[in-house]
Amino acid sequence: MGFDAAHLQGLAPEIFLASAACLVLLIDVFLKDRYRMTTYGLSLVSLAVTAALTIWGSSDATEVLWSGGYIRDPMSDALKVAACLVAMLAFVYAKDYLRDRDLFKGEYFVMGLFAVLGGLVMISANGFLTLYLGLELLSLCLFAMVAFDRDSPQGAEAAVKYFVLGALSSGMLLYGISIIYGVTGALDFPSVAQSLMHADQSEDTVLIFGLVFVVIGVAFKFGAVPFHMWVPDVYHGAPTPVALFLSSAPKIAAFGLAIRMLVEGLGGLQGGWEGWQGMLIILAVASMAVGNIVAIAQSNVKRMLAYSTVGHMGFIFLGILTVDVDGYAAAMFYTIVYSLMAAGGFGMLSMLSRKGFDAQEMDDLKGLNERSPWLAFMMLLIMFSMAGVPPTVGFFAKLFIIESVISADMTWLALVAVFFSVIAAFYYLRVVKVLYFDKPVTTAPITASLDTQMAMSLNGVTVLLLGIFPAALLAVCRTAFGV
Amino acid sequence: MTADWPILSMSIWLPILGGLAVLGSGDKAPGVTRWLALIVALLTLLVTLPLWIGFDTGTAQMQFVEQVEWVPAFDAWYRLGVDGISMPLIILTAFVSVLVIIAAWQVIQYKPHQYLAAFLIMEGVMIGVFSALDAMLFYVFWEAMLIPMFLVIGVWGGPNRVYATIKFFLYTFLGSVFMLVALVYMYFKSGSMDILAFHDLKLGLTEQILIFLAFLLAFAVKVPMWPVHTWLPDAHVEAPTGGSVILAAIMLKIGGYGFLRFSLPITPDASSELDWLLILLSLVAVVYIGFVALVQQDMKKLIAYSSIAHMGFVTLGFFIVFILLQKGGDGALLGLEGGMVQMVSHGFISAAMFLSVGVLYDRLHSRQITDYGGVVNTMPWFAAFMVFFAMANAGLPGTSGFVGEFMVILASFQANFWYAFLAATTLIIGAAYTLWMVKRVVFGDVASDGVAQLKDINGREALVLGVLAAAVLALGLWPAPLIDVMEATLHQLVNHIAVSKL
Repeated sequence: MGFDAAHLQGLAPEIFLASAACLVLLIDVFLKDRYRMTTYGLSLVSLAVTAALTIWGSSDATEVLWSGGYIRDPMSDALKVAACLVAMLAFVYAKDYLRDRDLFKGEYFVMGLFAVLGGLVMISANGFLTLYLGLELLSLCLFAMVAFDRDSPQGAEAAVKYFVLGALSSGMLLYGISIIYGVTGALDFPSVAQSLMHADQSEDTVLIFGLVFVVIGVAFKFGAVPFHMWVPDVYHGAPTPVALFLSSAPKIAAFGLAIRMLVEGLGGLQGGWEGWQGMLIILAVASMAVGNIVAIAQSNVKRMLAYSTVGHMGFIFLGILTVDVDGYAAAMFYTIVYSLMAAGGFGMLSMLSRKGFDAQEMDDLKGLNERSPWLAFMMLLIMFSMAGVPPTVGFFAKLFIIESVISADMTWLALVAVFFSVIAAFYYLRVVKVLYFDKPVTTAPITASLDTQMAMSLNGVTVLLLGIFPAALLAVCRTAFGV
Repeated sequence: MTADWPILSMSIWLPILGGLAVLGSGDKAPGVTRWLALIVALLTLLVTLPLWIGFDTGTAQMQFVEQVEWVPAFDAWYRLGVDGISMPLIILTAFVSVLVIIAAWQVIQYKPHQYLAAFLIMEGVMIGVFSALDAMLFYVFWEAMLIPMFLVIGVWGGPNRVYATIKFFLYTFLGSVFMLVALVYMYFKSGSMDILAFHDLKLGLTEQILIFLAFLLAFAVKVPMWPVHTWLPDAHVEAPTGGSVILAAIMLKIGGYGFLRFSLPITPDASSELDWLLILLSLVAVVYIGFVALVQQDMKKLIAYSSIAHMGFVTLGFFIVFILLQKGGDGALLGLEGGMVQMVSHGFISAAMFLSVGVLYDRLHSRQITDYGGVVNTMPWFAAFMVFFAMANAGLPGTSGFVGEFMVILASFQANFWYAFLAATTLIIGAAYTLWMVKRVVFGDVASDGVAQLKDINGREALVLGVLAAAVLALGLWPAPLIDVMEATLHQLVNHIAVSKL
């Protein structure tokens, strides 16, 4: 296949975002510091236009572009729109925090845009190479973002840790890919899937050997136990808005990665305990157990949210390991909902921070109901949503996963999952307790600007409204998998 | 029968939206907030009254049905309806909520708008629990109810409130998640989330037993039954008066309601198989918890334990039915009716008892029995009410407390003499702990300067207690209207569970 201009249309969002990111970088260089808001505004507009282009170009059909390297289907459209919107939210929350710390630099937003671009490429990858390209683009930007506050020793430590472990996991992934390439002789997912169907029995061991490394790569990106060690340290060390960003768009991209690679590429290796289904069962149960139990012991909210992320990733794995479109749709719903909740949770922390003060200990949230009842209510909704208590959307996210797990005849896994949700409820309740039952330690006014407050209100209210009317988002997720 | 007006939706959403309005009114003008809350609660009561007036007592069908598609992917509907079991409980909810709002009038000074809003939202959600006919909708309401109660106990509660409220939340949450798994399982069996479809679903015995146990966990915690009752005394002691009233009068009933709506009709064979367990637990609640109540020093704790004992009657009434069915079916209806009457009656009496303790607590800020004595000397009107409610709590004929207990004892006589014997001990134990408390608190010499300076109840308190006294008396003297309403539905339920699903 040669160059076909018609293919450009399918890539319009990515092409636009790449150009926009470069343009924003160029413009930013010539801006004086007091006009930095321009960069911020342009970045938001770029993401909004990217989302709009995605919606504009969306259809129920599946298009394979660029010699089979790229794919655009309903799932990629939905995930891309979600990634752009959540990234916008992350940018809005970051603004005040960065400005208070003289970190309000154009590079933050440019790197954010490139990270999102990497995420979009991962979501639409139809082969190992494209996928790896997107993954590296995303990861490199994230490494730099974690180290964004160059005067902070914790930030630097977190960045180095993230970089070393990230590089290691990328290496493992690449190693696994090379083995699978060696057996199947193909790099694009449909051909890999094709040749797995006709694979020889004798090749099984080699394939499983390769699969293990691929799954490790996936597990690292998700932060699933036992590859979760970087999560708490990085979330803790990174500036709050970066931790926020880490848990939003990249998680959506990671979900894309898992579906493309495991389901579409290596679907032939799912089988039972020896395939990736069994590996994911172990990862999922371990993540739910370790994440939720260790989160109880945290007094630092950022670390607590980090461990809770680990637990949530276990839930997402549960959806994927059902090996069923219902489960994939449920996992997608969960991923999107999770990114929304995590954005809200970290966003609240960055809102409560002010010049010279980082809100991140449990005590910093004390008595928020006295200081700002509305913000306390938003945080309450987000916490109950993370705990999975109706009428918030977190409940439906968990419910759909549990439904898909039961329909896949794994009721015991559903019981394990609900059991750990009860344990998880404890530490989310503790946050609500601090917000409502304790007296405030400080009476310092909350200095968040109006747009941040509006974003937070939108975030919290969305969590509630999606919980009362979950059908629309669910329908989007189910169409993505053709259910 | 489809109503012209969506009465059930209005009863659910009016208090919820009204509660949000109250929340929005802020704490600048507490007077306005209080009146607004009261008007919303009264309007809700008014809206629910047509349920009673327009109720067709001749049918066991669901009435005032509404349905709108909700989550099509799982065939979940926004489906509401009431029958003879749920309708009285909805009215009870609306009725008690009004009293709670009035009772909070001067008592709650810290953020009254949030307090009142929490109760209004809770009212709407509880009505939702009673009227939901879709399992997913039911579960959403069932859990959503926890959030306002969690806040009410935690924000306005006593010194040990954090422990109590987290315990309350986690206990209930743990119980209900297993119910969720059971509901989802049945969804895959029946292909629908319709609770009535679950009723007709054929299930094997093992399946039934597992589902029954999952339900039991959820409902037993809520009722609460021994041995998962320990959250209740803690929650009651720490909760503000209004919280205790709603908890005792309505939330415990939701557990009993769950048995009637889910356990009995969905898993009749498992219920029949395991009825000995439930009867045993109920009798332990009646006898053992009765003795535990006897030694309490704290008035609220005493009433909390007495609630557990009284709810033991409810579950006893529900589960002796299976023995009676095996013996030919005489009295089966009586047991169910007794349980239901007991639930409504306990709603009035426990509310009244907690409000009475609240009256004392507001004045002396103590719930210890030993801090009181001779209250009758300074508060004669209050003493009259308290003695009356104590008599009702002890099951004095002529009060509502007698009717339910008597019906259940009568039914258990037909089942087994010893069940009836043990159940009847409550007439002695119940009288002992309640009257002994009244004796120590109300009668005798004036115990302290504090008691000597007590002021009798004001008009507001008299209104609340008076209304409740009238309700207790009315139900005690003339329970027929309530029984008529339930008759058809319970009759159909008895017929339903008499048929094996195997």
